[in-house]
Amino acid sequence: MSEARTEVLARVRAALGQTGSGTTPSGRVGAPPHPEPVPREYRAAGEHAVGSPEVLEQLVDRLVDYKAHVHQVAADALPATIATLVADLSEPDGGMARPGSDRSVRVVVPAGLDDAWLATLPAEVDVVRDSREDPTAATDLDAVAAVVTAARVAISETGTIVLDGEPDQGRRAISLVPDVHLCVVRAEQAVQTVPEAVRLLGAHPERPQTWISGPSATSDIELDRVEGVHGPRTLHVLLVGATP
Amino acid sequence: MSRTFLGLPRTLRRPDDAGAVDEPFGAVPHPQEPLRWGDAFPAAAKQTLKNDQLRRNLGHATQVIRTKRAAVVGEVPDWEALRDAGSAVKQQVMAQLPDLLQQLEEQVTARGGVVHWARDAAEANRIVADIAKAKGADEVVKVKSMATQEIGLNEALADEGIAAIETDLAELIVQLADDMPSHILVPAIHRNRSEIRDIFLARMGDAPPDLSDVPRELAMAARAHLRRKFLSAKVAVSGANFAVADTGTLAVVESEGNGRMCLTLPETLVTVMGIEKLVPTFDDLEVFLQLLPRSSTGERMNPYTSLWTGVTPGDGPQEFHLVLLDNGRTDVLADEVGRAALHCIRCSACLNVCPVYERVGGHAYGSVYPGPIGAILTPQLTASTGGVSGHHDPNASLPYASTLCGACYEVCPVKIDIPSILVDLRAREVDADRSKHGVDPWKTAMKAASWVMADGDRFALAGRAATLGSGLGGRDHAISVAPPPASAWTRSRDLPAPPRQTFRQWWAAEHETSPVETVETDGPTSEEDDR
Repeated sequence: MSEARTEVLARVRAALGQTGSGTTPSGRVGAPPHPEPVPREYRAAGEHAVGSPEVLEQLVDRLVDYKAHVHQVAADALPATIATLVADLSEPDGGMARPGSDRSVRVVVPAGLDDAWLATLPAEVDVVRDSREDPTAATDLDAVAAVVTAARVAISETGTIVLDGEPDQGRRAISLVPDVHLCVVRAEQAVQTVPEAVRLLGAHPERPQTWISGPSATSDIELDRVEGVHGPRTLHVLLVGATP
Repeated sequence: MSRTFLGLPRTLRRPDDAGAVDEPFGAVPHPQEPLRWGDAFPAAAKQTLKNDQLRRNLGHATQVIRTKRAAVVGEVPDWEALRDAGSAVKQQVMAQLPDLLQQLEEQVTARGGVVHWARDAAEANRIVADIAKAKGADEVVKVKSMATQEIGLNEALADEGIAAIETDLAELIVQLADDMPSHILVPAIHRNRSEIRDIFLARMGDAPPDLSDVPRELAMAARAHLRRKFLSAKVAVSGANFAVADTGTLAVVESEGNGRMCLTLPETLVTVMGIEKLVPTFDDLEVFLQLLPRSSTGERMNPYTSLWTGVTPGDGPQEFHLVLLDNGRTDVLADEVGRAALHCIRCSACLNVCPVYERVGGHAYGSVYPGPIGAILTPQLTASTGGVSGHHDPNASLPYASTLCGACYEVCPVKIDIPSILVDLRAREVDADRSKHGVDPWKTAMKAASWVMADGDRFALAGRAATLGSGLGGRDHAISVAPPPASAWTRSRDLPAPPRQTFRQWWAAEHETSPVETVETDGPTSEEDDR
């Protein structure tokens, strides 16, 4: 292995014209490159402030365009909205599960999620708390109807929400296997541009990140976009603190 | 007849296998070399051009994607500035490659990953197979990856008794049909919805018998088919879109969630990555994560992007291997002009705008890298085995698979000047070819032309001699089959039939002066006299 390492690096050096490093496989020694300095003329930030009405309006527009369901809610209405969305899962026709029936709904949440968000869940909802220390098996996650998570940052221009695996967002598997994802984004987490988000995320590059732009989709059949493949087929974004 | 797909790719046929006959989906045989399928471009293109269905499918798909791309690129005010930055970052990467590779290795290792180096395809395949075997896996799930296509990983694993399950929808279609990919981004772009339904019904054991050709239903069938695989797989294999040298972070950009499944659920993850896929810093992602999705699928952002750094205890694979692959890349890097081909981020925008690709399709290029980028990358990647020089190698014909219209350069998110590299490669191929012949027909013809043109009488005579050929043209005044030596030209192009009259004859007739012979070529004075 180390032999391969030595040889690949020697070939790279030869290709760049660093003498004494041998040649590339075809026997070449390249000329040293003269790279231009990187021009950073692109926008480092958008013209609208973080969490501003313009940014939120654009975020909603982009999310809806990708067939995500957006709910703009006041902070105190969040638990009730989550409860309603979860209750809707138990019956395809929208009715509530009958008490005592086996039609109870299982919902997985990361262990660090704000308990207050789940305060008004219907009694028959079975909440599974998942953490790195006490992970739920993937096959069990497959039997779970929905997942509720927070988020790290949202990008309005692209309609993107980023999760970084912190305790209120959880392991990557929990926001992947269940078919419905309820994702809570606070208004002040919404930035306009990709560079703003990358610089924020760059503070902790070691955290596993998942960038989500709408429900899973494919363009593999005649390049037509079809929503809903392996990831959650339904994405509810609960945008908190935005006045609709 | 429907057959149950048990996970192991049915057959991985190679040209020298006897009895490769039954091909219900018109698939191309699996080549021995993923970068050199066999036929040279002109012969392969002649075959694919006969396929009207292929051309209709491609025409529709490329039209859709061109429109989408143009719309989402148009709404980015600083698109050109992003392209400039992307191009310059990639130049920096190439110039600092030895340092950046070692930095990446250090960072990945520090975060619990294991870094392997592979000089060529065989070495990379060996590493992946050994890891799978060490884990006791007879099956691995795969994220769509060009690097693993390029090294023929699936075939190599099959030889070791390990089934590689493609989980990207288009790759699954290609794998089920026992076909080869024809596009970098959408390997099954040459298939339309009803063909895909037929493939699923025939080859995917658990496909619902009443499956329709509605894309959503087809996608659902793939979801159901693969879910069990995802939940039980022990080892996953992926490529990488980007690797950040200063943090050791890897990035995979995808749509369906199959990538997330592979990158998250199995205990062991092996990522195979070309050594050129680096970016120096985490912040550089802000450039490429804007350029790539809009250029490839024409979306503002692709549905899912995963970033991971080594191993995260308790979250995702607890064993991570990174295989850094050369396989001809250092030969590309050694070329002062051609090295820009390594800047490619595999968006496939150049395929979608190419008038040649749109008509001949991906298979005609005889490489897993088709289209304009393939025409510059494939010959260079195979340089050590003759890819650039001389007619004996089918890959040497690839730089001619272009009209040099420049559309590929216009759309390239990292501004690879593909037409210039094509021209440079053509020149190199011609030079190599010329040096092989004792008598150079080109030089001889030029010498003869120079003798004719040096004298007015000779030139006039030659002109009149040429008009004798006017009868050779058909109704469209084109000669399709000329006698040698002009046959070398008409083998691949028409030759316009010479006119019935030379310009001198026409002038003489129009102006009713003396016959051409007496109009001496003594320059402007004779023209002045005529006025």
